[in-house]
Amino acid sequence: MSPVIQVRGLRYRYPDGTQALDGVDFHLDAGECVALFGANGSGKTTFVLHLNGLLDGEGSVEVCGMPVTKDTFVKVRAKVGIVFQDSDEQLFMPTVLEDVAFGPVNLGLSPQKAAERACAALEKVGAAGAIHKAPYHLSSGEKRRVALAGVLVMNPDVLVLDEPTTSLDPPGQRDLVKLLRGLPQAKLLVTHDVEFARALATRAVFFERGRVAGEGTVNEIVQRFSWSRALDE
Amino acid sequence: MHHVVVERWSRRSSPLHARDARAKLGALLAFLVAISTTPPQAARAFVAYSALLAVAIVSARLPFQGLLGRAALVLPLSATFAAVTWWSGDPARAIALAVKSFISGLAALLLVATTPLTQLLNALESLGVPRPLILVVQFLYRYLFVISEQAQHMRLAARCRQGLGLDRRSRFYAAAGALGVLFARSWERADGIYRAMLARGFSGRFSPLAPARFGARDFAFLCAAVAASTAIRLAL
Repeated sequence: MSPVIQVRGLRYRYPDGTQALDGVDFHLDAGECVALFGANGSGKTTFVLHLNGLLDGEGSVEVCGMPVTKDTFVKVRAKVGIVFQDSDEQLFMPTVLEDVAFGPVNLGLSPQKAAERACAALEKVGAAGAIHKAPYHLSSGEKRRVALAGVLVMNPDVLVLDEPTTSLDPPGQRDLVKLLRGLPQAKLLVTHDVEFARALATRAVFFERGRVAGEGTVNEIVQRFSWSRALDE
Repeated sequence: MHHVVVERWSRRSSPLHARDARAKLGALLAFLVAISTTPPQAARAFVAYSALLAVAIVSARLPFQGLLGRAALVLPLSATFAAVTWWSGDPARAIALAVKSFISGLAALLLVATTPLTQLLNALESLGVPRPLILVVQFLYRYLFVISEQAQHMRLAARCRQGLGLDRRSRFYAAAGALGVLFARSWERADGIYRAMLARGFSGRFSPLAPARFGARDFAFLCAAVAASTAIRLAL
């Protein structure tokens, strides 16, 4: 089975000179769920921004066999859906319905079809009640759900979630796990939440100074890099 | 926040809300042309323009007080020019200047308060306003929320650490510093929003979920509004 994402030798330097990625090799198979661990500033978010061409580093990134280039941005962005760490950055339209339908309309769907799909996506994430609300009137948890709906509605092959449990209460986190388990897409979870990763990911990758420092099951990675929340050690 | 309230108003439903944005833009244009060319001495005409607006406000089912209060925001600016005109010995023109600017502001506010911004901008685009200008307005409007939210958070944080209070000079320095930080943060946030838009296939165009249709009722509304403005201008 060919991977849905294949990254080889990816390097990226920010304009201020910071080397954020320094030769990353990575693959994600169809239907697989992988957790990305690593300290703040280790390059995880920079890495995922390359997966749909939001950043353009050296090396190669392929999505479903397509190289990510300017010519393929439209197709690639339909295949890789990113749920950003800060939901406020993702919700910018006047109402929840318009916001969730923003992606499908950009993909060329008719307004009616886009609205239908947006309603279905909001239903799926349990945010149907917020459909006519303005995004800035939602609670943090509701914003998270709506942001997720805004990506699910595009029916991507790969779902990238950057710190998905941020600002979710424990029941919200449980609901999110349940929801994500039911989704057939390949998933990439950028997270510090080990329990969340344990619940979903079959593989974990550890980032350190812009490189992949280790790979294994979640438990192996947690043990190898002492990546737990034990505060009294 | 004024823009939040006005945006909420724009999503209500009423006969005026239901009219196509292009018809409302045409009506506003005719109204503004009529009022701006009305001689300063034509007091009865200004009363008639106000009555016309009052009818529109009633049909839009919007609160008079809220609209008048927001429209009064133009007064400090126009009052300055009116005062200069008064001192130069032309009180009638000075009063007309203030009245015209207030009524014009109220009319423009009524348009914004009965038309969601996306519809308004799409109407402007269909009437030939260049796309880059439309995008700038759209982004500016969206980022207003972002910036005001950031400002509120910073103000709260500053108040939490204010303790016994600062003298005026220290408060000024703190505010200046906060403004700089607010600018930098807003820049970052705006960059993040744009990235999120690109990630969902944004290609430079906001498409409305309900495409506008210019129907017979819209045409009738436009004709009636133009006729009323012209009649007041010519008859009074």
